[in-house]
Amino acid sequence: MNTVARAVTGFRDWVDARFPLTQLWNDHLARYYAPKNFNFWYFFGSLALFVLVIQIVTGIWLTMNYKPAADSAFASVEYIMRDVEWGWWFRYMHSTGASAFFIVVYLHMYRALLYGSYKEPRELLWIIGMFIYLTLMGEAFFGYLLPWGQMSYWGAQVIISLFGALPWIGDDLALLIRGDFVVSDVTLNRFFSFHVIALPLLLCGLVWAHLLALHEVGSNNPDGVEIKERKGADGVPLDGIPFHPYYTVKDIVGVVVFLIIFCAVVFFAPEMGGYFLEHANFVPADPLKTPEHIAPVWYFTPFYAILRAVPNQLGGVIAMGAATLMFFLLPWLDRSAVKSIRYRGWKFKLALALFTVAFLTLGWLGMQPPTPLYTVIARVGSVVYFLFFLAMPYYTANDSDRPVPDRVRWP
Amino acid sequence: MSKQGFDQGRRRFLTTAATIVGGAGAVATAVPFVSTLTPSARARAIGAPVEIDIGAIQPGELQRFKWQGKPVWILRRNEEQLGTLPELDAEVRDPGSNEAQQPEYARNEHRSIRPEYLILVGLCTHLGCSPTYVPRDEAGPYGLTEWKGGFFCPCHGSRFDLAGRVYKDVPAPRNLLVPPHQYLSEDRVLVGIDDTGATS
Repeated sequence: MNTVARAVTGFRDWVDARFPLTQLWNDHLARYYAPKNFNFWYFFGSLALFVLVIQIVTGIWLTMNYKPAADSAFASVEYIMRDVEWGWWFRYMHSTGASAFFIVVYLHMYRALLYGSYKEPRELLWIIGMFIYLTLMGEAFFGYLLPWGQMSYWGAQVIISLFGALPWIGDDLALLIRGDFVVSDVTLNRFFSFHVIALPLLLCGLVWAHLLALHEVGSNNPDGVEIKERKGADGVPLDGIPFHPYYTVKDIVGVVVFLIIFCAVVFFAPEMGGYFLEHANFVPADPLKTPEHIAPVWYFTPFYAILRAVPNQLGGVIAMGAATLMFFLLPWLDRSAVKSIRYRGWKFKLALALFTVAFLTLGWLGMQPPTPLYTVIARVGSVVYFLFFLAMPYYTANDSDRPVPDRVRWP
Repeated sequence: MSKQGFDQGRRRFLTTAATIVGGAGAVATAVPFVSTLTPSARARAIGAPVEIDIGAIQPGELQRFKWQGKPVWILRRNEEQLGTLPELDAEVRDPGSNEAQQPEYARNEHRSIRPEYLILVGLCTHLGCSPTYVPRDEAGPYGLTEWKGGFFCPCHGSRFDLAGRVYKDVPAPRNLLVPPHQYLSEDRVLVGIDDTGATS
């Protein structure tokens, strides 16, 4: 052993005597055993972490030039876009990152639906994940006000009014959120505070808890087989492989492909035809005039369509809230003994297919103006959406599930 | 330290007492954190009443002003526009203005003190967008049929007549709000406070 290697080892031992460095590395990477049959759907957890890093870093740099005040916010964003060296790049990275975050998280959640990753013993892992999703929605909502464009302003006005529609406490709650009688400079200033410090801190804490819970119970896999139930003489699951180097390398490939697509958007289509950055937001906020057509950014539109589908104001708000909260109940609504869709019967497969179509259709409808025909379709979609959850105890209890193998199938 | 003879009851009492006192302190600390989120003195001051000159508004014209940062509309209705109101009683949700969406002095057929001048807070009662004033002859682009004139909300399609009364088959639950106001002279109106001193 040469001198350098000895010095490195010596330093590591010195640290290990004072801080559990090697232990952390082993517990979470080198000796964290993940099932060997991960597929495409398993890229999105690590990608979500990667996008979080992009958002935090570009966010810090954007904050250096952004001004959270009603009379200068819009101009400061234009200043970033035109005058700050590489300012446009930071802003487009951040705005594209917001949409990318939701794409990745939706795929990550869909993976859980496909393979039953929310089922016992991963209920808490799933619930912590749902809190991450809600926090992310809050983070996106607060951040969307900051450019102080027309869509920022009226979007915030509508969403805050949702809370205002609650009985008894609504008006006071809306006043407390805005800190003023209308969305104003005060609101912008506090949303900035929530967006750059409160929710990111919460998000990082939840992500940490999510990883701790994951590494406590171990990863699920496309076969839905618990690999911990079959261990070798060395105590290592027979179907497990160390996360590092196997999955670190796999995930790096995922990051490379992701970055190719991500950069293509950032450099060539940062507005994504009005889906990532809405056209009305290039007009400064005008508290006296609502734009002709307002719609939330694409990642909120399924819930927005549900809101509009209900003809009653309070009912719409409740339906919208329930649509997000339904996911929390999944571990207990699903009565099937089988986790993975590979061994599920036709009933669950059909239900999931219908739910997928309903979710995408609602997402599209949420961007369209509310015509009578679209309203009818949105109502049908909303019913399918809720039936997926509410009827789940029935159709999963007596589904024609197939037997699950003892070991994961590989290849 | 002696390992024997500690008083279990005394320990429990001290722990409970410390928890209660500390907990009360922690709860009390919530007061400033929540209070500071309510409108500041400056925000409340900006919400003071505004005096508006209505002398220059033409019949059939709507002008927008700001009160508490909200849009306030003043629409000077002509005879023909006022004539549409009784015809619509069957199509609106609250024709008699029974819900408290206006001060008592505006609880009438035309929902105003002077029939000619309609004064409204220009925010939809559904989710707070500002509806568009659509006179009878300009309904085309909005796809409104048999339109007698009124207000159309672009966000969720709510419709209101020329007294701010909400139509039946739309998401908005209530009529548009008439703010407290009083006439100071023929041409001047004070929005935000009325002659009874009410400010909301």
